[in-house]
Amino acid sequence: MDIASAFGMSEIALQLLVGLSRAMILFIISAGLSLILGVLRVPNVAHGSLYMIGAFAAYSVNQIVGGAAGFWLSLILAPLFVALVSFVAERVLFCHLYEREHLMLLLFTFALMLIFGDLVKFFWGVDYKSVTAPDMLKGSVMIFGLPFPAYNLFLLIIGPVVGFALWLFVSKTRIGKISKAASVDRMMVGALGINVSWVFCTAFVIGCFLAGLGGALIAPTMGITLGMDHTIIMEAFLIVVIGGLGNIWGALVGALIFGVTQSIGVMLLPQFAIIFPYLAVVIVLMIWPKGLLKSVW
Amino acid sequence: MFKGMIHKNTAFFLAALFVVFLFLPKIIPSYYVYFIASVLVMALLAMSLNLVVGFGGLFQFHHGVFYGVGAYAIALLVKKTPIPEWICFILSPFVAALAGLIIGLICIRLSKLYFAMIQISLGSLLWALAFRWYGFTGGDDGIHGIPMPSMISGVNNSYYFILIVFVVCIVALFMILKSPFGSTLQAARDNEQRCEAIGVFVKRHQLFAIVIASFFAGIAGVLFVVLERSVFPDLLFWTLSLEILIMCLLGGWFTFAGPIIGAAIMLSLRTFIGIQTEYWTLILAVILALLIFFLPEGVWGYFQEKLKHRKEAVTERGQ
Repeated sequence: MDIASAFGMSEIALQLLVGLSRAMILFIISAGLSLILGVLRVPNVAHGSLYMIGAFAAYSVNQIVGGAAGFWLSLILAPLFVALVSFVAERVLFCHLYEREHLMLLLFTFALMLIFGDLVKFFWGVDYKSVTAPDMLKGSVMIFGLPFPAYNLFLLIIGPVVGFALWLFVSKTRIGKISKAASVDRMMVGALGINVSWVFCTAFVIGCFLAGLGGALIAPTMGITLGMDHTIIMEAFLIVVIGGLGNIWGALVGALIFGVTQSIGVMLLPQFAIIFPYLAVVIVLMIWPKGLLKSVW
Repeated sequence: MFKGMIHKNTAFFLAALFVVFLFLPKIIPSYYVYFIASVLVMALLAMSLNLVVGFGGLFQFHHGVFYGVGAYAIALLVKKTPIPEWICFILSPFVAALAGLIIGLICIRLSKLYFAMIQISLGSLLWALAFRWYGFTGGDDGIHGIPMPSMISGVNNSYYFILIVFVVCIVALFMILKSPFGSTLQAARDNEQRCEAIGVFVKRHQLFAIVIASFFAGIAGVLFVVLERSVFPDLLFWTLSLEILIMCLLGGWFTFAGPIIGAAIMLSLRTFIGIQTEYWTLILAVILALLIFFLPEGVWGYFQEKLKHRKEAVTERGQ
């Protein structure tokens, strides 16, 4: 089937833009996961739950404050809340387990995921929740002569901003550089008199902050519900793997592949659109088994 | 055939246990018969996974796929083709084994976490297909009311069928593990490089292990359909695969019978605590977390270790 004639060029471009804006949220979440994987070597399955907590927390902030102020506040408070939760989890639980093998860590974080899931059920209930975007992000903007949701445009702007901030943190700040070094050789960094445990904690909390931010950002675009952690964590893992473990730019590349293939899928075979990203992952991994960009592992 | 493989007392105990299980439906209410049957299905699935993970040392993170493929194979074969039911029963595990061969061939080139990830993406592909292909697999509704031969329908009859297939399968799994192949597999797990150095084709052995494990997972899938008479895409979802991994962990990785214990613990929690509270996963997760902290060998593994120590102590004192 000739896509161009069936849809028209501008519709294709628009569909791709939707894919890109979805990719931005995926990027924010998987960049956090990638940071944790790279620095701590923990395959954190609970990352998806933190994203879910972020979305629910954003809902609560919106309930309490309300209006546009509530939305903007939720973008700051919800990730901070998630960061706090992850800080406690790291100090109380994770910091004793870093030497365990990956399989154990993975199952442990899966246990955490179940715990977080039940806690969310306990505090927020099982009903669907929704958050409305502020008026300035509602409605649509005309792009290529077609309406494009303003909120997606907002996501397209905020994604690069977060990416830039993360890049500044990892490559320009002292702690970012230390964490980079610790991901290569944690013994050596410890031998230099640096408290590696706290470096790990910082990286973990920042990674989880990003998960919470992703949750707060996605809240206005979809129903907030239990189980939203299950699909996102798998997608985030696959994105991190095709990008190269621990590589933040890899997370960007992976997220873009994921988002764009999904929107191509929507155009070609709407019913099977969710299959396309998985297919892309399989193809990428068959050709580049270690991911597209350099992995820190 | 079994000479030297298991202790005489153990053999006697297992035979007695089998007889007890044969008479169970006469004694206990049919709800519990159904429960035990579902434990047996899960136990078989977990044991098949343990062959690859515990004894093969591979990161088989999406084993549930082969279970789901087996279940979908029997459901679709019985519903959509005129093939006699009993032939469908034999064909379905082979369909799962074929899926294991294809996915295994793609995965085996990679190692560790990458192996796990490509397997998860392939498995998710199948899940998404089953989830969305309404015309063929019934989409997210799944397929219900799959007709079964009258000989194995009804709770008691399906229980007997499942019990007998289960026993045959664990005997087969036991013999595979005790065979030269099984020993080579474990050797490759412990030291891959050394194994390759003495001329063992490690990857081929591991691939073969994946195929065998997916065959048995397929059997478990067929048994699931015998018991439940329905299939749904959740069978292929990755959380189920992690649940089976947890069963292996609960029981103990490097033990043969561990996964049975793990499956029993997990399903008991879900069934009996699930009635009391909707937060049963919280309890499971806390148990799991405590286990990882304090008993990384699993419940059965822990007791086996203890018993070994005691036996050693006794023999030392004897000398």
